[in-house]
Amino acid sequence: MNLSNLLVNYEEAIAMVLFAIGFSNLLMQKNMIKKIIGFNIMDSAVYLFLALKGYIRGHKAAIVTDGVQSVDVYINPIPSGLVLTGIVVSVSVTALMLSLTIRLYRRYHTLDIDRITMEVKRGGDK
Amino acid sequence: MKLEFVRNFPLFCIILTLFSGPLSMILSGRKARYLNLGVITAVGVMSFLVLAEVSGSGNPYVYRMGHFPAPWGNEIRVGPLEAFMALFFCIIMLLSMIGGMYERKSEIVESKENLYYIMVNLLLTSLIALIYTNDLFTAYVFVEINTISACGMIMIKQNGRTLEASVRYMIMSLLGSGMLLLGICFLYGLTGHLLMSNIQESVARIAAAGTYHPPLMVAVGLMCVGLAIKSALFPFHSWLPDAYGYSTTSSAAILSSLVSKGYIFLLIKIFYRVIGFDVILNSRIINLFFVFGIAGMMFGSISASRENNIRRMIAFSSVAQIGYIYMGFGLGTTLGVMASIYHILSHAATKSLLFVAASGLSECSGGSKEISRLTGAGYRNRMAGVAFTVGALSMIGFPLFSGFISKILFAQAAVDEVGKMLPTLIALALSTILNVIYFMRAVLIIYTPTGYVSAESGENYTQVRMRMHPEKSIVFTGFILLNLVLGLMSQPIVELCSRGLGMFE
Repeated sequence: MNLSNLLVNYEEAIAMVLFAIGFSNLLMQKNMIKKIIGFNIMDSAVYLFLALKGYIRGHKAAIVTDGVQSVDVYINPIPSGLVLTGIVVSVSVTALMLSLTIRLYRRYHTLDIDRITMEVKRGGDK
Repeated sequence: MKLEFVRNFPLFCIILTLFSGPLSMILSGRKARYLNLGVITAVGVMSFLVLAEVSGSGNPYVYRMGHFPAPWGNEIRVGPLEAFMALFFCIIMLLSMIGGMYERKSEIVESKENLYYIMVNLLLTSLIALIYTNDLFTAYVFVEINTISACGMIMIKQNGRTLEASVRYMIMSLLGSGMLLLGICFLYGLTGHLLMSNIQESVARIAAAGTYHPPLMVAVGLMCVGLAIKSALFPFHSWLPDAYGYSTTSSAAILSSLVSKGYIFLLIKIFYRVIGFDVILNSRIINLFFVFGIAGMMFGSISASRENNIRRMIAFSSVAQIGYIYMGFGLGTTLGVMASIYHILSHAATKSLLFVAASGLSECSGGSKEISRLTGAGYRNRMAGVAFTVGALSMIGFPLFSGFISKILFAQAAVDEVGKMLPTLIALALSTILNVIYFMRAVLIIYTPTGYVSAESGENYTQVRMRMHPEKSIVFTGFILLNLVLGLMSQPIVELCSRGLGMFE
């Protein structure tokens, strides 16, 4: 194992750490809002990773300026496009999760998913 | 020229279902229902024509989307297996939607009925797009659409149970899709491509050169585990019984038979068309699938036999059946994958039948879902009783019905694989015994002639007169016929699927 690679590609390493933080929050937090925050951290980490894949040091965003069309000036635009698509997806999923959370809160007056489950089991098939 | 036109149909299917979703929003519930049934039928007919075209020509074809050619643009790939799957999914969806029509009237608020059809149409879009797409990132986007619409279908009943179930479903699904997305990003970083065929070329080159082995394995692992979580493989199934058990009938039928199958079909495509089956074999991820598949078979069946709610019992049986499918992948041979594909078909045909039949049985028992209260229900609602019995026999693997063929295919595939033969055969035998225990118990109860008499209130359901639902009889007949076709005429279907699978390489 060569740990110096981690230092060279520190951006990717940070993205993975963030992914792990978000993933474990989404999995283990009891509070719904914290779960949703975890989900957003997880997805943002993936977008950071993806954006890094398309970034070339010293190159500019892939918008043709001053008529320069050489590939040596611009970064790879495809990952940026994918990030935009991914952001749209995660925004809509976040909206859906938040609306579900509001409904649960109105019904059970708590954000704790475990307590909600207990309430549901006690309430039966209402 | 006519030949050319049929080749547009996969795209038409996707566009038609995609636009009928938002269109349902401005329609009344009744009109949206007719639109939905019409769209499913139209997509089924188009898929049939595409199937006739590709199996006639014998060659799969690639359909370019947009202006950009192969390495950059987006593509649809159509082969016999894809077209057959699309056709089959449409048939199941149509039968499930008609079969659950009566329950939906009472379980969904009338002003929100059209919203349900938005979800169903979008679900069909995402399933068809997952089947046909040749682009990994498009697949991810449609996986998310699939998840969101499935969540909507669970929560449409709007009680505490379904709300909680849909939240749990979303959390598990989001974990899975996060891993899938990260896997796709790793693969993009390694290969620089998003189209499946281009990725496969690059992966073959990387694997031959032996470079970048760890990241490739990480990518494979992330994608496989992500999709396994989403399709409720054994340790990740906690959301499943509530989601299937308490949602409305057609939702439960569609969720159990189609939604998880869409992810599994994507996984098969990743195996054959993205990574290449040899690399998958070397990664040993399939051994993991094998172990968890067998564990799921056992655990699902044991939980089902302890369950007293008939809907939850059928839902736990789904956990076991998903286990079968992953065990087939775990065998690591094309025969094993073939058996899994057949089990996708037979499980879809049987499980949706069971859910619709169970709702018919509880309807004539005062709406109760407890198995003990269904005593004698088979006499009160004869059609549902016969249908439930057929479904139970098929799940057990009784000859004549579809479940028998898939179990035979699993056993045949296992015989070729020396190391895994014994565990597979033992698991098949044990799981069959467990299936007999809980399904036959239910069948015996519904055919006990005494009828249920409640101890507290003295309620007696023997006198309940059933309202006839002609559409349900048609649906039951359709499902039973489908099971018989899959059970008795398996040879051409197996040949078609294995030919299609062969064209995946």
